[in-house]
Amino acid sequence: MNFLTDRKRALGTGSAGHGTHHHWQMMISSIAIVFLFPAFIITFGLSLGGTFEEVLAFYGRPVPAIVTALTLIVGVTHVMREAQAAIEDYMHGVSEKLTYIGVTALCYTMIAVGLFALVKLAL
Amino acid sequence: MVEFALPKNSRIVTGKTWPKPEGATNVRKFQIYRWNPDDGKNPQIDTYFLDMDKCGPMILDALIKIKNEIDPTLTFRRSCREGICGSCAMNVDGINTLACIYGLDEVKGDVKIYPLPHMSVVKDLIPDLTHFYAQHASIMPWLETKTNRPAKEWRQSIEDRKKLDGLYECVMCASCSTSCPSYWWNGDKYLGPAALLHAYRWIIDSRDEATGERLDELEDPFKLYRCHTIMNCAKTCPKGLNPAKAISEIKKMLVERHV
Repeated sequence: MNFLTDRKRALGTGSAGHGTHHHWQMMISSIAIVFLFPAFIITFGLSLGGTFEEVLAFYGRPVPAIVTALTLIVGVTHVMREAQAAIEDYMHGVSEKLTYIGVTALCYTMIAVGLFALVKLAL
Repeated sequence: MVEFALPKNSRIVTGKTWPKPEGATNVRKFQIYRWNPDDGKNPQIDTYFLDMDKCGPMILDALIKIKNEIDPTLTFRRSCREGICGSCAMNVDGINTLACIYGLDEVKGDVKIYPLPHMSVVKDLIPDLTHFYAQHASIMPWLETKTNRPAKEWRQSIEDRKKLDGLYECVMCASCSTSCPSYWWNGDKYLGPAALLHAYRWIIDSRDEATGERLDELEDPFKLYRCHTIMNCAKTCPKGLNPAKAISEIKKMLVERHV
């Protein structure tokens, strides 16, 4: 590093040529969450206090099940992208890559488990 | 990389307290960061007292008075003393600003002066801006054209010229970049608010013909997208500019190019 010129250090390895897609997807999911989270809270709130059979019947209806599934997928995907940005901010090197892999795996697992539970309830 | 604690040799210790001026009734206390690369000691905070009845109104006036009359070893950059050169940028009372246009009356209590945060220090209040300037150079801060040079001049409408207002006034003092946490953590790759404001100034210039290439260069998760709209840059800019807005305009242009 000692003999690099200042300009070379600033230019690094050049532009990665991406980042806008991530930014755009975050914008879309942010807007979707504005609508999905209140809808999820309302539907989830309506299911509270019911018996097991009533909850099964409630999530057997299309609107609560679809709202819940969309909230789960969009919400967790949004968190995953946000976590990616935070990891890139605060970590570097091997630990960054390993953490990112771990967080991604955890998020996809959460989506899979949530959808499986929802399908079990709904069907 | 994020750092939560200063390295051992950067921890600040209490320094020398200089005597109060004799016979003065209107005395003010100044606590100033000192570090000398040649003595091998940790940075220290020296305390000075100034007779405010014999001192100019600005922070820079006080610093010059201290250097001239109390401690000639105090080191800081200054030149124009009117907010044009950007040399005297430093952290005053927790705010990055230009010492020449920041009034002593704007500071309540003791005046605490530090160099710009999270930069290597050359000496006392002088930060090392080498990388900052190299990043500025990397965004090609000049008019880039492909059309043959016109016989007289590159013409620009009044409306297009107005688009440069709020951008061309930047004096590259580095107050914004050094107030940005993203720049603290990733300053090696993130261009920072000042360089990005300048990048937008050339992107939006109607005479420039390298818009695509400029956007190509900026499309990077680190160079541009480390900006999380924290807005410290706009809050601290001593010239009242808004680098965060310029950055968001670049992001909008990139999205429009994609979608």
